[in-house]
Amino acid sequence: MSLELKGVDKKVGDETHIYTTDLKFEKNTINVLLGSTLAGKTTLMQLMAGLDKPTTGEIWFNQKNVTGVKVQKRNVSMVYQQFINYPNFTVYENIASPLRITQIDKMEIDKRVNKVAELLKLTNMLNKKPNELSGGQQQRTALARALVKDSDLILLDEPLANLDFKLREELREELPKLFRDRDCIVVYATTEPSDALLIGGYTATLLEGKVIQHGKTLDVYNKPNNLDSAKVFSDPPMNIAEINKKGELCSLATDNVSWKPNLTLKDGSYKVGIRPHNITTYREGKNSVEINGKVLISELSGSESMIHFTNGDLNWVSLSEGIHQKAVGEKTKLFMNSDEFLYFDSENRLVGNV
Amino acid sequence: MNKTVNQKAWFFVIPVFVLVAFNAIIPLMTVVNYAFQETFGNNQFMWEGTRWFKQILISERFHAALGRQVLFTLIILAIQIPLGIFIALNMPKEGLGVPICLVLMSMPLLIPWNVVGAMWNIFALPDIGFLGHSLNALGFDYNFTQQSGDAWFTTILMDVWHWTSLVVLLSYAGLRSIQPAYYQAAEIDGATRWAVFRHIELPKMKKVLTIAILLRFMDSFMIYTEPFVLTGGGPGNATAFLSIDLVKMALGQFDLGPAAAMSLIYFFIVLTVCWVFYNLMMRNESNS
Repeated sequence: MSLELKGVDKKVGDETHIYTTDLKFEKNTINVLLGSTLAGKTTLMQLMAGLDKPTTGEIWFNQKNVTGVKVQKRNVSMVYQQFINYPNFTVYENIASPLRITQIDKMEIDKRVNKVAELLKLTNMLNKKPNELSGGQQQRTALARALVKDSDLILLDEPLANLDFKLREELREELPKLFRDRDCIVVYATTEPSDALLIGGYTATLLEGKVIQHGKTLDVYNKPNNLDSAKVFSDPPMNIAEINKKGELCSLATDNVSWKPNLTLKDGSYKVGIRPHNITTYREGKNSVEINGKVLISELSGSESMIHFTNGDLNWVSLSEGIHQKAVGEKTKLFMNSDEFLYFDSENRLVGNV
Repeated sequence: MNKTVNQKAWFFVIPVFVLVAFNAIIPLMTVVNYAFQETFGNNQFMWEGTRWFKQILISERFHAALGRQVLFTLIILAIQIPLGIFIALNMPKEGLGVPICLVLMSMPLLIPWNVVGAMWNIFALPDIGFLGHSLNALGFDYNFTQQSGDAWFTTILMDVWHWTSLVVLLSYAGLRSIQPAYYQAAEIDGATRWAVFRHIELPKMKKVLTIAILLRFMDSFMIYTEPFVLTGGGPGNATAFLSIDLVKMALGQFDLGPAAAMSLIYFFIVLTVCWVFYNLMMRNESNS
């Protein structure tokens, strides 16, 4: 089982929503589409589902060309950001609704609905209507509707975006488990890098209608092909600075911070990408580099501190474990873990293997 | 907690109070005043108690007018609500068609009521009106000024023309507020067009339809100007709906006492029906 997009693009009028894309998703995998809003995640999913036709290119499923085959004939299910359930059906009827048009008999439907309801902790809600439920329960119902029918392809379009923090965390942990033993391809669209890391599997990073990189999630995270992919896969945003390599040392173009890179670079100018959690108030790693800064603002969230500071002309973001309250304008010293630096050449491509 | 005492707030309430008093309370109390007394003008009044109410409630004339009114309103609702929903479902959802349709739909609503009556009167005249003449030319014996069936037909047609747009606009607004994802989800489920209407569109339109039905009930139940101009309640009393009959009694015969009692009964019916209907709808809302 596999899903393949072959040279697919989508134009609406003069606007290109999806640039020519080749993607292949394998059997029993979870695939994350990671990109900001308007990156084309939803469009891509609609093309995969058959809700929309590509302008050019073909979509293959199980070695069969399914371009133009209607969604009803594809055995697909989809979960949306909004909680989409039939408003006047009970939870039970909602979950059963995808099976009602099939030839499955009532006993079997009942069995399946109860099984899925149990999986999603909806057993006590089966007789309620969607608007009597909390947002989390409504989305669980929508998920149950998607899971009940043994689809070949399950599409999740930012399913957690409209939930509050706690429910999101809870459901996010359950999701990978729900799909583990299923014989299907799961595609999960999200704007949040942390979702991708938690779900694992494979990730495709998207930017403005283009797939920038596709591979195993950790590979894409650790070795982004280029600066765009790195930016998409970093939250809070990645710190990017111009650097010069001369002799043994790299140094920031704007300040006298310099360090010895852990890979061989030719002399010249580069860009360095540093994820916020690699700049901390304490030393980390063997090759820690000091950086001085003036605090712009420090935000505390839970057990982490995010300190925004300036160094030279640049604004930097650092993320440290623990509570580190800093006053605005305070001069501070932070430490960068130079082993985790990503180097990009003048064309924004990743240099070397880290 | 310390509350600040500031009697100036009254100044803000007084204008509204005065407005409501002149606009609603004083006229209503005048009617109440007339309903319990007999007057021969000259500002002389005699107490009559509930006599006028009893008289109205048993009068055949009132029963007939009420019957006509209920029948008319039921026909109007039975035609306009489904027709309005049907038109709204078939209106374009994007492109240039949207503003064109919306403007076309709003047109009848913008025409003053008596103009609508006059327009349809001329339009339907059997000798010179386009509708009347055409129908006769086609072999129908049509004359709304003399045959009660034709008068009803014309009045209903006029009201449908005038007011269906309101239902269309409300339903259209309700339909547009449904997120596209609902339709996609239904498509994935393989739902039929009817199932989409029955299980997505109708439940999602429920609130605006409640408003539409309420407004159309009230307006059609209190209809006056258009049939007054079109048929004047005739032929005979065939289209003398409650308010036309009421005005005949009050201003034509100068029976102020019974007319006032009838007004209050009329008012009470409208109020009760609206209240019951609204509560039924809202109770369903909280149940579902």
